[in-house]
Amino acid sequence: MTATVTVPLHAVAHGRAGDKGNRSNISVVAYVAEAFPHLQEQITEAKVLDLFRHKGATAVTRYDLPNLQALNFVIEDALEGGVNSTLSLDLHGKTLSFLLLGELEVTMPRSCIPDDSPYL
Amino acid sequence: MTTVYIGSGAGFAGDRIDAGVAVVETLRRRDGPRYLIYEVMGERTLAMAQRIRMDNPDLGYSPYLERYLPGVLAACAENGVRIVANLGNANPVAGAKRVHEIARAVGLDGVRVAVVHGDNLLEFMSADDIADIPTIEGVSIAGKQLVAANAYLGARPVAEALSLDVDVVLVGRTTDAALVLGPLIHELGWGADDWERLAAGTLAGHLLECGGQVTGGYFCDPGFKDVPGMDNLGFPIAEVEATGDFIITKAEETGGLVTKATVTEQILYEVHDPGAYLTPDVTLDVTEVTLEDAGENRIAVKGARGMPPPDTLKATISADGGWLGESEMTYAGPNALARAQLAADIVRTRCKRNGVAEPLRVDIIGSGAVFDNDASDRRHGTNRPMDGEFRLRAAVRTLDKDTAQYVNDEVLSLFCSGPAGGGGYRCAITGQVNTASILVPRGPVEAHTRAEEIAP
Repeated sequence: MTATVTVPLHAVAHGRAGDKGNRSNISVVAYVAEAFPHLQEQITEAKVLDLFRHKGATAVTRYDLPNLQALNFVIEDALEGGVNSTLSLDLHGKTLSFLLLGELEVTMPRSCIPDDSPYL
Repeated sequence: MTTVYIGSGAGFAGDRIDAGVAVVETLRRRDGPRYLIYEVMGERTLAMAQRIRMDNPDLGYSPYLERYLPGVLAACAENGVRIVANLGNANPVAGAKRVHEIARAVGLDGVRVAVVHGDNLLEFMSADDIADIPTIEGVSIAGKQLVAANAYLGARPVAEALSLDVDVVLVGRTTDAALVLGPLIHELGWGADDWERLAAGTLAGHLLECGGQVTGGYFCDPGFKDVPGMDNLGFPIAEVEATGDFIITKAEETGGLVTKATVTEQILYEVHDPGAYLTPDVTLDVTEVTLEDAGENRIAVKGARGMPPPDTLKATISADGGWLGESEMTYAGPNALARAQLAADIVRTRCKRNGVAEPLRVDIIGSGAVFDNDASDRRHGTNRPMDGEFRLRAAVRTLDKDTAQYVNDEVLSLFCSGPAGGGGYRCAITGQVNTASILVPRGPVEAHTRAEEIAP
């Protein structure tokens, strides 16, 4: 039986953030196909909204792309006004993919982590 | 069967000057129609270029035109690689004239250049009519003086410009993907309702439009996602078949890599609903896209689906946005975070006491500043080690420059009146542009959209 581990999302997925107005989109892509159903189960819209609420986020929509073993999160009002009015050093919220990858934890079989990962 | 080769030389204004050179070097070894695109426009760049054009009608094209083209123009002309670029920015006609000058300077005769007209709404709509249209994205700029208003044109006018048999096409505001889809329509004759192929070409454009972001740039995470040779990152090349199937690869003899992972990150970059990515040419659905390894640094992309586009065009409108004042000071070593926090409290207290009414943000870089909010709630809710290296940063947006200067001066005054050991003060006050997105009907815009060759 494969051991189950609890690790930051960063151990099993990668992603990229983009902006349009005050809306951020962050992709979460599983390194290993086996991890994808676990991401679908555990990385919920509610968890992502909680993570961005301090910035003013009001709603999150998740789009699932099984062919690409990827999730796409669209986070409304996540950018403190967006590039027009934010006072954040990061006007476009480009760094925020790593907030998601670093703060959320997932529990899944150890085999969902790539073999050469520093987490192993 | 025709394969069209399209390479990217830049994915934003500021991209590497030499990236396109290696792409042209690879394209010259291919048979078939070959193109080099440069994508350098953002919402703000256009408004700033429009201001420059108002001051000088011979300017307003991208300043990167002067930086990118001299290094590739001769090789492109000699090898039949055509250039399609939004280096025209707010003034494609002036940009085209400058291309002729650059061509002469590098010893080329007979280079032909065309531009696309019609994106500038202020040429055929009044500022009042534009201001009446509701904002769909960004901050409403109702009541402010419009600096620029530009609709996103699609790929058809780019294809029309190429049909003039020119070597270089300069556009202003089109979709970024149109720089790729335009050549594909021109070469492969895709019809206006050939939704599947238009969708595939749009996806190819979306993957190329950010240059190295699909070849390992903005991707590398050492130890987790390693990318070789990032100091010589190879920029992407799409090899597109008449069917719409295409391969993403990169310039030869360069660093970087093309894998399913690099392509997946870029497929979703700045996409909201992956089932409905709206463009003037087609509504793209990437939910059924599949990626396959097709050799080293070669990924085959299939399965883009297309539906008719919306009956409106997106436009970006811009107005003066006042000033952003920013100032920074570093604290390092034992108890540095406590000294930085005291400095932040001092700046906040003094700005409030002395009448700064605008929202003020005082970050401490090194304590999670970019993940935090204006009130630093995350920092206040966490116990962090006090030792280390931390950088205070104050930021304020103001309509008058004096207030921005005042806040910067408060940080400067920490040198003699603040906590111990502050150093490395830097400050900036930068003019801002506010932008908003609106939807405009296609009819009036398309009635003014046309391609034109610009003589030397």
